[in-house]
Amino acid sequence: MKATYLIAGALAALMLPATAQAHRQWMLPSSTTLSGDDSWVTVDAAISNDVFYFEHFPMATDGIAVTEPDGSTGTIENAAKGRYRSTFDVHLTKPGTYRIANVSTGVMGSYMLNGKQERLPRGTTKDKLASVIPAGATDVQTAEMSNRNEIFVTLGAPTTTIFKPTGTGIEMVPVTHPNDLVSGEAATFQFLLDGKPAADLKVTVIPGGIRYRDALGQMDLTADKDGKVVVTWPEPGMYWVNASIGGGREGGPGGPGGMGGPGAGALGAAPTPPARPAGPPQRRAAYVSTLEVLAP
Amino acid sequence: MQIRYRLALTGTAALGAVGTLAAPATAQTLNLSVAIPRLSVAEYHRPYVAIWIEKEGATPRSLSVWYDYDMKNGEGTKWLRDVRQWWRASGRALKLPADGVTGATKAPGDHKLSFTAGKGPLGALGPGNYTLFIEAAREVGGREVVRLPFAWPPKPGATVKAQGSTELGAVALTFGK
Repeated sequence: MKATYLIAGALAALMLPATAQAHRQWMLPSSTTLSGDDSWVTVDAAISNDVFYFEHFPMATDGIAVTEPDGSTGTIENAAKGRYRSTFDVHLTKPGTYRIANVSTGVMGSYMLNGKQERLPRGTTKDKLASVIPAGATDVQTAEMSNRNEIFVTLGAPTTTIFKPTGTGIEMVPVTHPNDLVSGEAATFQFLLDGKPAADLKVTVIPGGIRYRDALGQMDLTADKDGKVVVTWPEPGMYWVNASIGGGREGGPGGPGGMGGPGAGALGAAPTPPARPAGPPQRRAAYVSTLEVLAP
Repeated sequence: MQIRYRLALTGTAALGAVGTLAAPATAQTLNLSVAIPRLSVAEYHRPYVAIWIEKEGATPRSLSVWYDYDMKNGEGTKWLRDVRQWWRASGRALKLPADGVTGATKAPGDHKLSFTAGKGPLGALGPGNYTLFIEAAREVGGREVVRLPFAWPPKPGATVKAQGSTELGAVALTFGK
């Protein structure tokens, strides 16, 4: 663990310019392990550089969905948007594990019309694709995007009903339950990309509390052939988990820790700026979660 | 999670089978004394205390849980998760209040408890090495766990002692017939 920290520290120094633009998205629950028959969690949701400090932009709450332990759909309550963060509550009334998630999919791309390259409008979805490409367009190039930002909270004993994958984007399937994490213990998670094991996926884990330390403390993990990663938690606290492909983001190709990113090179080598994407747009998928690790 | 499930499955079987075979002719008891220290603090609340036993390969068993069980709307259960090691080992799988397990919070002082093998929350004990845990968590205060390892069946006159340093005082386990 010590070695990891040293390396992480050295890398953190190299990566400052990159991470300063990373703008990490996160949701931070007030608790993840709850007792009793009826309880509440309140969640802060923001987009910022340092986890978990609201310092940049609030996260929109319109797309946040709650899945209750039995699989039914729950609701968020008391949603409010501040200058730097959004906040909302979830009322827990059923025993088991809840998912609170912001999942979005879309299509990006371009086409040629009258000799000019035009981009697909933001927010284009797969089912509306036909309606946004005008007649006469040529060289249509599209790629799908899938983003998932999810957290888990458990009232009583952890349950696993909600972990059935949807088959779209990057998804996390627990081997170790995400609400049963204790520092000093190893946890295993399986990542899927479009329903299949995400072999070689780069997964980044960063402990919260960045503001009060010098080293980022980032753990760069690579999924094995089954899409599995093993994390040993160095200390209790909240951890930000991120994986992405195709977007040059943190943890993904071109991003720090990803292929072609600073984390991928030999230690001490000057980071090469990622090449501008050429050719057809790539499939993009991103995954974010916040995991709470308790003291033993 | 996976590990816990495995423990739960093998544990029940092992404890049950061995317990019946090795049931002693006369009832044996675990006699426990737990000291809750008097603390000089500005805001004092009696601690939540959980007492349970663990044996490798078996499901942990809760013996006693002292909490604010009589608050309206079960509000006192909200803080049970702060007795965090017990909550993970046994508490979160319990339906509370539980007969013979749930109790009121206790004032500072020495508290004596007795559990009979084959009865109540202790149940039948197969031979082997056990650990009795006492965990205390206090509102606006700290938390502490004290462990008392013991072998079953106990040697005549065996005594196991330990000393808490913050939230618990002296704890001792003796055995009787």
